[in-house]
Amino acid sequence: MLPENDLKIITETLGREPTEVEQGCFLNLWSEHCSYRSSASVLKTFPTTGERVIIGPGDDAAIVRLENGWVLAIGMESHNHPSYVDPYNGAATGVGGIVRDIISMGAKPIALMDPLYFGPLDNEKNRYLFEHVIMGIAGYGNCIGVPVVRGEAYFHESFSGNPLVNVVCVGLAREDKIVTATAQKAGNKVILMGSSTGRDGMGGASFASRDLSEESESQERHSVQIGDPFTEKLVMDATLEAIDQGLVLACRDLGAAGLSGASSEMAAKGELGIHIIADKVHLRDDTLTPFEILISESQERMVLEVEPGNVDDVLAIAQKYDLIANVIGELTQKTQFLVEYKGEVVADIPILFLCGGAPAAEAESISEQVQPNTSKPPIPTDLKRSIINLLSSPNIASKEWVYRQYDHEVQVRTQVKPGHDAGVLRIINDSQGLALSCGCNPAHVEADPYSGGAGAVIENVMNLITVGARPIALVDCLNFGNPERPEIFEQFKQAALGIGDAARTLGIPVVGGNVSFYNESDEFGTAIAPTPSIGMVGWVDDLGRIPGSTFQQTGETVILVGATKDELGSSEYYSLLGEKDIGIPPSVPEQLERTVNTLISVIRSGHITSAHDISHGGLAVALCEMVGQVGAEVDISGMLGRPDDTLFSESLARMLITTPKPQQVLDLLSGIHCKQIGTTGGQDLIIRCDNEEVKLTRVEIEEARESISHMMMD
Amino acid sequence: MKIAVLQFGGSNCDHDVHYVLNEVVGVDTDLVWYKDDLEGYDGAVVPGGFSYGDYLRAGAIAARAPIMNSLRKMADKGLPVIGICNGFQILVESGLLPGALMTNRYPKFRCDWANLRVENNVSPFTRSFKKGEVIRLPIAHKEGNYFADEHTLSKLNAQDRVAFRYVDEQGNTTDEANPNGSIENIAGILNEKGNILGMMPHPERASEEILGSRDGKKIFDSMMEYITSL
Repeated sequence: MLPENDLKIITETLGREPTEVEQGCFLNLWSEHCSYRSSASVLKTFPTTGERVIIGPGDDAAIVRLENGWVLAIGMESHNHPSYVDPYNGAATGVGGIVRDIISMGAKPIALMDPLYFGPLDNEKNRYLFEHVIMGIAGYGNCIGVPVVRGEAYFHESFSGNPLVNVVCVGLAREDKIVTATAQKAGNKVILMGSSTGRDGMGGASFASRDLSEESESQERHSVQIGDPFTEKLVMDATLEAIDQGLVLACRDLGAAGLSGASSEMAAKGELGIHIIADKVHLRDDTLTPFEILISESQERMVLEVEPGNVDDVLAIAQKYDLIANVIGELTQKTQFLVEYKGEVVADIPILFLCGGAPAAEAESISEQVQPNTSKPPIPTDLKRSIINLLSSPNIASKEWVYRQYDHEVQVRTQVKPGHDAGVLRIINDSQGLALSCGCNPAHVEADPYSGGAGAVIENVMNLITVGARPIALVDCLNFGNPERPEIFEQFKQAALGIGDAARTLGIPVVGGNVSFYNESDEFGTAIAPTPSIGMVGWVDDLGRIPGSTFQQTGETVILVGATKDELGSSEYYSLLGEKDIGIPPSVPEQLERTVNTLISVIRSGHITSAHDISHGGLAVALCEMVGQVGAEVDISGMLGRPDDTLFSESLARMLITTPKPQQVLDLLSGIHCKQIGTTGGQDLIIRCDNEEVKLTRVEIEEARESISHMMMD
Repeated sequence: MKIAVLQFGGSNCDHDVHYVLNEVVGVDTDLVWYKDDLEGYDGAVVPGGFSYGDYLRAGAIAARAPIMNSLRKMADKGLPVIGICNGFQILVESGLLPGALMTNRYPKFRCDWANLRVENNVSPFTRSFKKGEVIRLPIAHKEGNYFADEHTLSKLNAQDRVAFRYVDEQGNTTDEANPNGSIENIAGILNEKGNILGMMPHPERASEEILGSRDGKKIFDSMMEYITSL
């Protein structure tokens, strides 16, 4: 049902009551999911331009310039509600949708990343959702041959009734072959290619813009699309072949709001109208009404703008791939969205009103000033036990059980494979490549939305730097609760401001993304922890100089870069102790820009043999994660008041690096907060801190880190 | 010399093999769509991926595609054919190789690296290796659990037709080193004439140092040497 106020505005503008079909179009196109009516004012604050940005937010995907005529298409989407109702298909079609966004720019998808957020794994239903979401991503991504090279899996009580499934996709194209979603010329034909249109995914966009209730599971199943990755692969190959031959002038995938969305938005972007003959749409079930034809979100479909003289060539390509394609209408000079069905006009709406006429929702925000509680938990009697507990916490433990299920090597580009801070793909010969990272820390954001938002940017930047990459662009997926609640809207606003400020400081344009509101659960009476997840890409200009992520050689110096502060609020350590409300959460460090730029040149100097970002679990966890064939002995005494503070603080913008040439590296780092903390060697990790000494063997570390595999396989 | 890489709807390692053969191995290679034939080619690769989405059963639909007759003729002439991953599944489904590829013992897709022991070093595909040599190649499949009945198995062993087995770093066929539950740790097999190889691991993903290993390139190198020797 259309909100009363919307209906009033529509009736006034049209000078009549909208038809049933028209109401369906408005309901979906004016939904929060499609129109960003609550969030637009905040999103405007992002820095979106930059030397490399060719197309920023607003198209199917953004386009960022790489080198040698290559460009990168990048996009990020959420598929949260569908993945709760039907985890396999919800997650699978989430992958499908973002992949088609990349294809519709004329780019070949080369990698996926999946940041995922679930309730704790000790609950059977959460395990079920986790397992089937991953199966859905694997089932779809593996089948279409796009490697998943990086991800995140994070667990927190607030996701129990509303897990988050976010997906980033990147694709590669030649700059002169890019196609956009902007229609070019009246008189050109519009071809619909791909799967037939059925009754799946009815009103998915408006479903995404509501809270999840218990009934959702049974009643909203028809709102979840069913994925067909085989057809997706054919649609991908056929679309890219048609674009490569120069036959396609504009292209858009059918996602949220189905045909009504894709066709009207494409025409509106070109300031043209469109005349659709709904009878020409190839149906899975011929009892579909024109209303259903327009809003169905059946997957694996694309609309293409083609000159009349090229229609036969495009249809021939479709035939090669055994795909159905039909001319379903044409672009018109008159800027109306006109739909005809069986000789009758069923929709006739000014197109710019349909796409862009949604009144902005006025969201209120309330900020609560809470004084941080600076009390401390008792000093742990067994520091080693604390470290082992952290290593086996699912938020920190190895995600190998997850990434083994994804084909991360198809397309023969993956140089740095999953399990590291960043994935690396070779792009230009064996010399230059792309680094990818994703995620955020919802606990940090919940404790301090502004710093947490900035922290999400910083954390991904640090991940990219470990492989010597300079960040070039980011996309985001802003997952929050109901924006009509002032405290939620305030979280959203502050987190977005934090992201924007950090991105601006570091010169990284925010080129696209999406907003997912209403992530609340009636069943659990909870809103999710604010989760502004980020996907970030960076450029590596020398693939031969990528440091390892574990200690490489005996006798090298271990250096800690960045300041460790008493910032344990919302840390994984406190969370495991059940202390959710004490401590100061991580803040945005001073000298951020300088630290980042210096670190990039240090890693690129070629003197660094291994590098690892410090995040969840702090310094202790990062040290453990670097133990491989070689161990280390470090002394981190005197940094903070208590050893557990030093070991587990989650202060931002810190990194561990090793080098055989400490003096050169320390010279390069001059003016940056850094400290020589020890030497690599032996088989074990020995940490001395104040009067404590902890020794961990490689086997102990590996066993602790295998907790997710044990939980899922035993 | 000219090699064909078969392309079915849903093949997704076709471009990878095409690239490796042309650019890394340095042999003239074409992609050949399943509606065309293989006239004039000196060897063929049936690449990995998800032909027809693995719908029905992995490889079952591709095994009945028009190009398979052409592939059969090529094999009858003694020209070398490799099926990799989904390509192995297709060769098994089409009866060109014996046995079956079932769902992995732990029934999920698995993308990982495996150690393989070269069991036969006289075939057109393995002649550049030493017998018993341990090589590293990646695997990526959900249905790679090789099975054959006892009669077939004893024939495979007696005729030296097991090309590779999954082993640990020391070359032992342990249960732990077996990533999918394959009988007798079998990773790749040959047909009776020895000119058809089916294997689950991906040699094209291990043909360049930057990706972690060049062991896979030797398989293609062997194949080209063999064609030259014909």
